[in-house]
Amino acid sequence: MNEASHRDTLDGESLVDGLRNGDGNAFEKFVRLFAPRAMGVARRVLRNEADAADAVQDAFISAMSSIHEFRADCQLATWFHRVATNAALMKLRSKLRRDVRSIDELTPAFYADGHRVGPKPAWAQAPDLILEQSERCQMVQEKISQLPEDSRNVVLLRDIQQESTASTARQLGVSESVVKTRLHRARQALRSMIEEELVGA
Amino acid sequence: MPDLSCREFIQFLDDYVDDTQPAEVRAEFERHLKACPDCVDYLKTYRDTISLARGACAADPSAPPPDNIPDELIEIILKSRSDGCA
Repeated sequence: MNEASHRDTLDGESLVDGLRNGDGNAFEKFVRLFAPRAMGVARRVLRNEADAADAVQDAFISAMSSIHEFRADCQLATWFHRVATNAALMKLRSKLRRDVRSIDELTPAFYADGHRVGPKPAWAQAPDLILEQSERCQMVQEKISQLPEDSRNVVLLRDIQQESTASTARQLGVSESVVKTRLHRARQALRSMIEEELVGA
Repeated sequence: MPDLSCREFIQFLDDYVDDTQPAEVRAEFERHLKACPDCVDYLKTYRDTISLARGACAADPSAPPPDNIPDELIEIILKSRSDGCA
């Protein structure tokens, strides 16, 4: 199949309709088209062939249980990329036995006069000077996996897949103002988790 | 207008970073930054966080999908659906 007809099929409504209707041929086409990219994401996060294969299976289970949430005005590839990244991050979190962190505990606190409570010493050096690229990616992936699901989805779509606020809102079925608020809080929480790692809690 | 507090600076930092503020509000944020090293640091590390997240998880859109997916994995996924799991 050439690249152009691939694209037609990826975004084709018939494929999504088929998946929603439980059509086995549509499911097979979906798996054959999307498993390679899902495997690429999973290998990058998990660095282990068996774990990556498990995450890809989880991604398809998750996709089929939430295909009814897929919005026709979004791209199936964008939607499935988020599902597959989430599946890989969940596998990573369970492998490392990490818990989901509370966003409230990770956003800054302020004194009555408006100053921030206990600013930490600055990140003395940029993370790329302290950690090798692969260690840095692994640390940040671990922290993203510890965000609550709602926050993680917004970070995946807005900051990682670089979707617009409007598109993110459509895909998640929430308002644009909810996307903005969740994203800002999630970034602050992620920043605090990275800071704990670099500077100490 | 009273001076911006650190709380207000951080509360609306996303609008500053995304450059969606009216010019007079942006000017107020920049005045605050000139006077507040803590918020300069917060802004820098907030931006670092966004680029670290992107660097850790973003797919390279120009990279071809891996072609070494085991057939066995595809078969397991297809079978799991026919068994009613997926």
